[in-house]
Amino acid sequence: MNPQLLIALALLTPTAGAGLVALTGRSPNRRDSMTILATILTAFFVWNLAPIVADGGRPELVLFEIVPGLEIAFGLEPLGMLFSLVAASLWGLTSVYAIGYMRGHNEENQTRFFVCFALAISAALGIAFARNLITLFLFYELLTFSTYPLVTHHGTAQAKRAGRIYLGILVSTSVAFLLFAILWTYHLTGTTEFRPGGILAGKADNMTVGILLALFAFGTGKAALMPFHRWLPNAMVAPTPVSALLHAVAVVKAGVFTVLKIVTYIFGIDLLADTGMSVWLMYVAATTIVFSSIVAITLDNLKARLAYSTISQLAYIVLGAALATKSGILGSGMHIAMHAVGKITLFFCAGAIYVGAHKTLVSELDGLGRKMPFTFGAFFIGSLSIIGLPPFGGAWSKWFLALGAADGHQYVFTAVFMLSSILSIAYLMPVVGRAFFLSPELEAPDDQLAAAHAADEPGDSSSDGDSSSDGIFANLHEAPLLCVLPLCCTAAGCLALFFLAERIHSLLTPIVGG
Amino acid sequence: MALISLDQVAQLGTLTYYLGGWEPPWGIEYRIDRTSALVLVVVTGIASAVIPIGPGEKSYQIPGHRHAMYYAAFLLCLCGLLGMTVTADAFNVFVFLEISSLSTYTLIGLGSNRRALTAAFNYLIMGTVGGTFYLIGVGLLYQMTGSLNMADIATRLSEMQSTRTVVVAFAFVTMGLAVKLAVFPVHQWLPNAYAYSPSAVSAFLAGTGTKVVYYLLARILMTVFGAAFVFDILGFDRLLMPISLVAMFAGSVAAIYQTDLKRLLAYSSIAQVGYLTLALSLGTTEGIAAGLLHMFNHALMKGGLFLVVACIVCRTGSSQISELGGLARRMPMTFAALIVGGFGLIGVPSTVGFISKWYLVSAALGSGSYVVAALILASSLLAVVYVWKIVEACVFGKAPEGAPQEEAPLGMLIPTWALLGATLVFGLSADFTTHAATSAAEQLSNGVKTAKLISRERRQLHAHTLAEPNAVTPAQESGQ
Amino acid sequence: MSGYLGLWHYWATIALSMLGLYTLIAKNNLVKKMMGLSIFQVSVIMLYVSMAKVTGGTAPILRTDIENPVYSNPLPHVLMLTAIVVGVATTAVGLSLIVRIREEYGTSEDDEIRAIDREAM
Repeated sequence: MNPQLLIALALLTPTAGAGLVALTGRSPNRRDSMTILATILTAFFVWNLAPIVADGGRPELVLFEIVPGLEIAFGLEPLGMLFSLVAASLWGLTSVYAIGYMRGHNEENQTRFFVCFALAISAALGIAFARNLITLFLFYELLTFSTYPLVTHHGTAQAKRAGRIYLGILVSTSVAFLLFAILWTYHLTGTTEFRPGGILAGKADNMTVGILLALFAFGTGKAALMPFHRWLPNAMVAPTPVSALLHAVAVVKAGVFTVLKIVTYIFGIDLLADTGMSVWLMYVAATTIVFSSIVAITLDNLKARLAYSTISQLAYIVLGAALATKSGILGSGMHIAMHAVGKITLFFCAGAIYVGAHKTLVSELDGLGRKMPFTFGAFFIGSLSIIGLPPFGGAWSKWFLALGAADGHQYVFTAVFMLSSILSIAYLMPVVGRAFFLSPELEAPDDQLAAAHAADEPGDSSSDGDSSSDGIFANLHEAPLLCVLPLCCTAAGCLALFFLAERIHSLLTPIVGG
Repeated sequence: MALISLDQVAQLGTLTYYLGGWEPPWGIEYRIDRTSALVLVVVTGIASAVIPIGPGEKSYQIPGHRHAMYYAAFLLCLCGLLGMTVTADAFNVFVFLEISSLSTYTLIGLGSNRRALTAAFNYLIMGTVGGTFYLIGVGLLYQMTGSLNMADIATRLSEMQSTRTVVVAFAFVTMGLAVKLAVFPVHQWLPNAYAYSPSAVSAFLAGTGTKVVYYLLARILMTVFGAAFVFDILGFDRLLMPISLVAMFAGSVAAIYQTDLKRLLAYSSIAQVGYLTLALSLGTTEGIAAGLLHMFNHALMKGGLFLVVACIVCRTGSSQISELGGLARRMPMTFAALIVGGFGLIGVPSTVGFISKWYLVSAALGSGSYVVAALILASSLLAVVYVWKIVEACVFGKAPEGAPQEEAPLGMLIPTWALLGATLVFGLSADFTTHAATSAAEQLSNGVKTAKLISRERRQLHAHTLAEPNAVTPAQESGQ
Repeated sequence: MSGYLGLWHYWATIALSMLGLYTLIAKNNLVKKMMGLSIFQVSVIMLYVSMAKVTGGTAPILRTDIENPVYSNPLPHVLMLTAIVVGVATTAVGLSLIVRIREEYGTSEDDEIRAIDREAM
């Protein structure tokens, strides 16, 4: 098939899928099969595009011109290809998982949920394929608005508040900073197109570059750079598949992808390296890494802990981009994929724990590992990948990022990477440790907590068992198959990525001209 | 009657659509240039969308025996607005202004709430004072130039020194129009007038009334007095720009605190007028183009949004935000239209609001006012707040007891979607609108240029000081 | 006839218009407001007509009995004819609105109407 058609199809399938899901909303089975069908087709189209890009092809598709000079256009390049691959592939798994999760929970408004889910994926693919800043901004906003109903899915006061923060931060940063930066860029260069080597070189003085970089970096609120990270932990009120989508597949990755793409194709790494205007961004990112890791350690809620972990990992990518060295950019690009697979595993596990055992706090997990071996096994693998230990994917991206810092003679950041790895051990390993090695009897106070928590949720299978500690888990078992299967797949993916890293590396190499 | 007028309107619409350039006089002193053609398209377009709403909605808002009056006043108003647009005679503007105003008072007075009457009366007072101010200004101009034809006045004005009389005339004319335009400090009539008039009338007024006056203001500032006089000598931009900025923020903030949907939209209109005057105050061709573009786009958005309100009122009988609960489920099509319009106000890409904002900010950047550009974007964030307030109410709010479950009648949905659909179409392929606005703006400032050229030659002849020609040069460049 | 005093007709215009505006703003009764508005409008007529007067001019009717007649400018008069019509129409609409307000509220005093509205809130 010709590449233009593939791009169009890849973008249209999720949208059409959303329409079909909406139409078949009355019969859950038909609706869910529509979702699965759409995911498979989308993934198929996107994977078909991959070899073309890997061979150096740069297919383009100009949809239409708004006015001369402003056009909605798509163009593929390795970075976008990688992001779209990640998004499209993980969407399938997330959908399977979401079906299991939503049914396991008897959630309301499932149709709206899946429709918005599909729309969010179209928007993410749109971002990945965007050839200029306008298209990127268009889909960036679409992504924000299509995920808003997902975040506020429960419709509770808390969800509404989270939704307001979510929308408030993302929209205000994007309009006030990102759009301003785009307009300024357009004003300076007369174009918004992504071009290898950047478009700003020679058009802007150092000061302007610095200001623009700040506007772009903070304008991309989805990258959750401190101090604009608050939406992410707040968005945790959403159902877990949404968190997985937000954290691993679409939203935050769209954010860091945007930063990365802008650094590479608007500024050009040479410009940043020469002017040294990105140094402050490195420090901001490094601060974000360390602080959010420390915050993560203090949190008891599993999802919140993972959220802060995500913030820290995203800052890795921003830091890598800000380093503006070849290895840094490559490492950042790889980290998008590695972290996506690792983090989605962790979120799947968190969700599975919630579905299977109705537990949300880390301190309640004691001994659960024996009841839910697959879930916690996968969690272990995901954690190792996030920490960056071989033989899992995360090891490679960390390697390149640290190398990038060393290349740029910014050894302090190499140290930051190492420090944060240690911190991530500190916040991830206790989860696994407690689940496998602590037995519930030893933690009497926590039992009461667990019981109190369980009592909050009527219909909880463990609520009748607080007389004997063993009884708490008597009725527990693994989460539904539809939940466990995807998380095993992604855990396997972490492992596989370790061996496939070479492929990603060679895919990405052209963007830094090496 | 509606059909006949619709036919008439449609014909006018197409006519002007094809006319475009300098047309042979329409009557002796009516002239359609690119700018007025654009405005005509807006006015007739909105009017033809609103007219069919009348029958659908009238049974809910206007008692039966007043239907004829409604249509008569509506057509008179339309006639006045069109007349204002096409005339090239300063006094004729006054006559048409009063025709449209008088019929507007009547239309507002038709509202079902008795407060509509007081709103109409207050508007009448404000409007008449504004109109009379304008008349005084024109009188003084006539005294100075002995002509009422706009182009003629422009040529003669540029030949004479800026005497105090001209400045006073300028002040009176601008003030008079500012009242009708609801520029910030003199906007008080607008919220009540929009809020209590029948919904279809609000849509019509919001879409056309202020727009035509804006066109007039732009025309008089740019062609009659000339940008050089207005901005370089008087420094009017130094007054207009802060006022516009205040209007943008104050209007939006006031909108956030409204509990009534119509009032919310009305305050949002005040903020949008702030954008319009801001564009004007930049004083560059791009600025004018952005202003005209936003005028067109905002007419579509606001007209469409008020029609959405009309749909809501038609079914629920109220436009209180607290009673919108569950609207997303009860009236999905209406709600979707609301979302589209709201996105437009925020300026989400792919809607016309984005195009306006893009041009507005570009123009601001182009004239070097980075702070203004940033403020424009910041104020649009306030739009997010008030739009989202509505959306949250619609989605999460509890439906009131016994709330009707029906979708609005098709006869109302179609025009609503026609307008809001147009916002999407022109948001995605803005070629037509931007081209029209740009060429119109070029034409407007071409007049400026010739007037300025003449004045500059004069000045060089008289060359009192060295500084004077220098002062003209930057504006000269920006005008080209 | 020189200096500012020489422009006495302007002073008259200004006095009239200020009188009208003051009435408009200060009076509480809607009908009185309407009167103020009318006075304000009439002051403009004065402005136009006075500027049309040419010293020693005569009414602009073609005359053959005088050598080189000096005519006053007729155009402002014509304009004012229109303005008078507009003024009358405005007054009519305004008064009819007042009648309707009186029917609905039972009063035509501005502060009482406000009070009634506030109670209804």
